Amino acid sequence: MSTNFRLRRQITVAVARKDLLIEWNSRILVNQVAPFAAIVMVMFAFALDNDGILQQVAPGLVWLATLFSMLVVIQRTFAVESADGALDALRVAGVDPGALFVGKALALMVQLFALETLLVATAVVLYGVEMSIAGLGMAFVTVIVATIGLSFVGTLYGGLAAGARGRETLLPLLLLPVVAPVLIGATRATEAAFGSGGASISEGWPWIGLLAVFAVLFGVVGAVAFGPLIDE
Amino acid sequence: METVIELNGVVAVLGQFPALAGIDLRVHRGEIVLLQGPNGAGKTSILRVCAGLMPIERGVGKILGIDLNTNRDAIRSRVGLLGHANGLYLDLTVTQNIEFWASTVAATKDEVRLAMQSMKIDGRLATVKASQLSAGQRRRTALASLIVRRAEIWLLDEPHAGLDAAGRNELDSLLRDAVRAGATVVLASHESERAGGLATRTVIVDGGSIGQGEL
Repeated sequence: MSTNFRLRRQITVAVARKDLLIEWNSRILVNQVAPFAAIVMVMFAFALDNDGILQQVAPGLVWLATLFSMLVVIQRTFAVESADGALDALRVAGVDPGALFVGKALALMVQLFALETLLVATAVVLYGVEMSIAGLGMAFVTVIVATIGLSFVGTLYGGLAAGARGRETLLPLLLLPVVAPVLIGATRATEAAFGSGGASISEGWPWIGLLAVFAVLFGVVGAVAFGPLIDE
Repeated sequence: METVIELNGVVAVLGQFPALAGIDLRVHRGEIVLLQGPNGAGKTSILRVCAGLMPIERGVGKILGIDLNTNRDAIRSRVGLLGHANGLYLDLTVTQNIEFWASTVAATKDEVRLAMQSMKIDGRLATVKASQLSAGQRRRTALASLIVRRAEIWLLDEPHAGLDAAGRNELDSLLRDAVRAGATVVLASHESERAGGLATRTVIVDGGSIGQGEL
């Protein structure tokens, strides 16, 4: 294994560990973002107020709540970088931007996975969704693949917006249209997992394929483009 | 004595405006050079050029023997630029911050311990979050991160800003120690009296060029 590769891997792990340590020290995800996501799910229930409809639209609500919460998490993950000029310092220090991108995306994956698990559990309890063992497996795979894609694209656009004026409003404007394929694919796959509207498990796999293509695409694009983006 | 910074007729632009208009500057290893001049004179631009952050339009420049025209990115890992911000993660403790910077260059635990000792941020301060540190303590933590990154040239923009009298004295003493340990320091400052006492040489910068020559 070359020294460069080893150092890159070490930086990736260090960046991911650092972001998770920041979360551990500050508990923003646990104390603010997770309650926000749960409140969104409850508000959806109030707005629709019909068990039949709720069970049918539960997959879409789970992923909408995920996207809203993800925006908060991404804003936060880049706010800690700019609070005392740390992202600039990383750039100045010539830290490999590809390793930085993957490290930040890994930390985001862990946080999003925890959040989505909570949201799926909330849908089961709150909306009365019933799942078979096979459905549970499909929901798990959907969450994993969608999380990878969302983390890559979220990190890429978070880096893009980090240096811009009005980044708080710019990020949703840039990111939400780009993640529309994930919303569609993850919702359809979750419908298959939940059996919403009589959907069968086998109907979910092509959508998981779409999510996988999205994840690979933004993983590659992000690793290449993140450096020039944060350099601007 | 080895020349670590060599700028000959360097021209650099910031957006559409010329930031440096033909700078000539040589800095030798172990020097503490003060760049002095009014706001907008080009002091920060010189530091950014030396850090490999700002491309040069004309002229020739070498930092630690690396050509600024052809290999600017390679300079970044060998110099440390400390601007007005400290580059710290406010929700991490002092030790966690230094350990993170150490991991970006595969520095050892011993190097982390020595860097923290030399900046006097070991002991009680080690487990304090950066957000709870005073301005001086944050500065010392940032300087420890330069040490642990093995920066050979320290480029400091207004390093005394925000520090009280005791903190300034301490910083001067720390910079002298760093130079004795082999570093070279270039600092930009308005405070000529304070920084002039520290510097081994003062360079006047005005209008993007070396104004009245070197003092």
